[in-house]
Amino acid sequence: MNGIGNPLDIWPAAASASAVESDMLILAFTAVILLLTVPIFLAITYFAFRYRQGVAADRTHSEARSNLIELSWMIIPFVLTLFFFFWGARMFDAHRHAPPGAMQIDAIGRQWMWKFQYPGGQSEINDLHVPIGQPVVLRMISQDVIHALYIPALRIQMDVLPGRYTDMWFKADKPGSYHLFCSEYCGTDHSVMGGTLTIMAPADYQDWLSHAGSDTTLGAAGEVLFSSYGCAGCHKGDSTVRAPSLVGLYGKPVPLEAGGTVEADDQFIRDKILTPDKTRIAGYKQVMPSFKGIIAEDDLLRLIAYIKASGQKTGRADDHHSLP
Amino acid sequence: MTTTAYRDTAVPHGTIDAPDDYLHVTHTLRSWLLTTDHKRIGILYLIAITGFFIIGAIAAGLVRLALVVPDGSIFTNDTYNKLFTIHGVVMVWFFLIPSIPATFGNFLLPIMIGTKDLAFPRLNLLSWYIFMSGALFAMAAVVAGGIDTGWTFYAPFSTTYSNGYVILALVGVIVVGFSSILTGLNFVVTVHTMRAPGMTWFRMPIFVWTIYATSLIFLLATPVITIALILLVMERAFQIGIFDPALGGDPVLFEHLFWFYSHPAVYIMVLPGMGVISEIVPAFSQKRIFGYKFIAYATIALATITFFVWGHHMFVNGQSEYASMSFSFLSFAVAVPSAVKVYNWTATIHKGDLRLDTPMLYAMGYIGLFVLGGLTGLFLATLAIDEHVHDTYYVVAHFHYIMVGGTMLAFLGGLHYWWPKFTGRMYNEAWGRVSALLLFVGFNVTFFPQFLLGYLGMPRRYHVYPPEFQLLNILSSAGATILAVGYIFPMVYLLWSLWFGKRAPDNPWDAKGLEWMTTSPPPLHNFKTPPVVDFEPYDYALKVPERD
Repeated sequence: MNGIGNPLDIWPAAASASAVESDMLILAFTAVILLLTVPIFLAITYFAFRYRQGVAADRTHSEARSNLIELSWMIIPFVLTLFFFFWGARMFDAHRHAPPGAMQIDAIGRQWMWKFQYPGGQSEINDLHVPIGQPVVLRMISQDVIHALYIPALRIQMDVLPGRYTDMWFKADKPGSYHLFCSEYCGTDHSVMGGTLTIMAPADYQDWLSHAGSDTTLGAAGEVLFSSYGCAGCHKGDSTVRAPSLVGLYGKPVPLEAGGTVEADDQFIRDKILTPDKTRIAGYKQVMPSFKGIIAEDDLLRLIAYIKASGQKTGRADDHHSLP
Repeated sequence: MTTTAYRDTAVPHGTIDAPDDYLHVTHTLRSWLLTTDHKRIGILYLIAITGFFIIGAIAAGLVRLALVVPDGSIFTNDTYNKLFTIHGVVMVWFFLIPSIPATFGNFLLPIMIGTKDLAFPRLNLLSWYIFMSGALFAMAAVVAGGIDTGWTFYAPFSTTYSNGYVILALVGVIVVGFSSILTGLNFVVTVHTMRAPGMTWFRMPIFVWTIYATSLIFLLATPVITIALILLVMERAFQIGIFDPALGGDPVLFEHLFWFYSHPAVYIMVLPGMGVISEIVPAFSQKRIFGYKFIAYATIALATITFFVWGHHMFVNGQSEYASMSFSFLSFAVAVPSAVKVYNWTATIHKGDLRLDTPMLYAMGYIGLFVLGGLTGLFLATLAIDEHVHDTYYVVAHFHYIMVGGTMLAFLGGLHYWWPKFTGRMYNEAWGRVSALLLFVGFNVTFFPQFLLGYLGMPRRYHVYPPEFQLLNILSSAGATILAVGYIFPMVYLLWSLWFGKRAPDNPWDAKGLEWMTTSPPPLHNFKTPPVVDFEPYDYALKVPERD
């Protein structure tokens, strides 16, 4: 089936349970809003005829001002709408926290294309394939300006920033092809920086993966880069330079020279590679050179995948490469 | 108290060739360009912003033309990007922000509080020259080849990647900011120090309250955009890393600075419109405004809360989840003072003695469109809904309902309401009503389909779009042609009335307020005798029910 619309659609296809709930939220909110506003419109229209100059009507009114009526039309609509604030905030909160075990796909934005990298090492330009029923978290970064990845069928979008990872997760449940757009204005070809999200049944997805052409996983590719960029020269156990081993580093607190600790997450590892001077690690002399302008965002994500996998007893379910 | 006390009784009613009315005391171009009369400066602004409105509207027309086809075959992508940028920059900074405050505010504020001019008349003229200098830079950027950043100037696109004349346009906007600040300062000082004897705070017309609140926003918010844009210029010109991560900067910082000004700027555009409506509705209902104090306080409340909601433009940019929730909640709170206004206007109409003349038609259109625009803002403030419709045509439709449906209709309503006072001439009422109707219909046909487009998932600033969105886009463009006619009509018949219109009496609407107690047009110093205020605002005759 196809989620790309036709000209007579007035409602977009919904490809996840969360998208359906978004629709419920806006429909319910619209109903309450209509309840609050239709009477105003009817009243204004009615008054316009009833009290038109020259029309006989009872126009007597007292000078007394009722604070009660003012307070009631301040408070009652506000309290009614607050229900929707909570509903929207609860959904938003759920959208911020991917469930554990979500499959991570990397998304790299640049003027004017998207690149997606899968855990198995496959990569695609402007096309994204995901299976139904499996939570997927997109870890996103831009190589140049601010972009945003927007998937209307899932009712979600997230900015894709240069220099900072952002996440967006979803669990699709309706196979089909759907639009994916860049929704943050990014220059000349902003409006053609899009592609297709293909949601597939798990068996079809495995079939697609096996034909998408990759013999190394993302982490294994990262391991190759770890040597070729020279990281291994210092960070391998038998090195003559005193540099910390990165085995088991991911997710651990790292003590800082300035005191305190910082969690070794994707952002920390990326920043440490590009701007090592900014965070000095306690107990080590800062001798690491900057790799800014040398390692591109897609390779950084491969390196992170490698460091993440190294020292993990059980890697991600889809991550089968050998550990160092 | 007689209404003739403040006009020169030697001048017959409806005479515009009176020697001392502000239009006729002097006639030379020099006397206009070097004037310190707040009324003439108001007219100078009116002429200038009408010119900028035409430029911005032509750009909008070309944008709507481009979107008739989905494949972007009418212009290049770069040309399209420049068109919507010109439309946004010109409409926001050179039309909407100065629209009501700098024209009606300048002309009416001193008259409404019973004084002969603003506190600093020469500073007022300087504000206009600063405004025009800023406009010169912005227009130079357009003529030189345009800019393609969008009116939001997001970094690092604007600082590192854009090929347009960004610095020239930024300088234009920075300069215009100083004009806003000086005008705001002038208005605040005038309201505090120049009110006529007896003109207490709670005798001021709501229009004065809204201009006062707007002036506070001018003073408090504008410096922030000035600084933010100067930093952009520094980064673009000298590669000083502030916003571009490649230079060690943070692009989200710019978004914070930009919206810290640009959200309050929405209220710079909205509050004066509310003020205009609060004058028109009682006048054409011949009834005291309902809940005067609540409306006045709601004005101040809006001007305050507006400083605490900027983060609702940034729900999906990676800002802290809890910051987003706080901004969402505070944005819901904005609905309270807004609702106060709408309900009170409705209650004012109730049991009034209604005349559905042109200004009142605009006012009623305003109420409808403002309600729709405001409430779709509540949807956008709802976090999970914004995740879907953020940066889509839904947002475009929402803010056009506020800016065009709200501010523009209020501006035109006010222009018709005070036209006899400004010019001493009456416009043709039938043409006025037809135009108001055309604008209302054209506006809705243009922008309502954009709500649907946005919910269907069409992102904004898209030159090329999926073909299934074409039908709604054509509908929107068709509406824009009706809208264009609705704009052209008033330009023609209002100009026509300057020479051929009937002479206006001092108070053609039987309205209350000091501006209706002086001649049309007012004398150079506004009143023959300085007024003493011994009456309440909107003191229309009460129709008290008879007691049994």
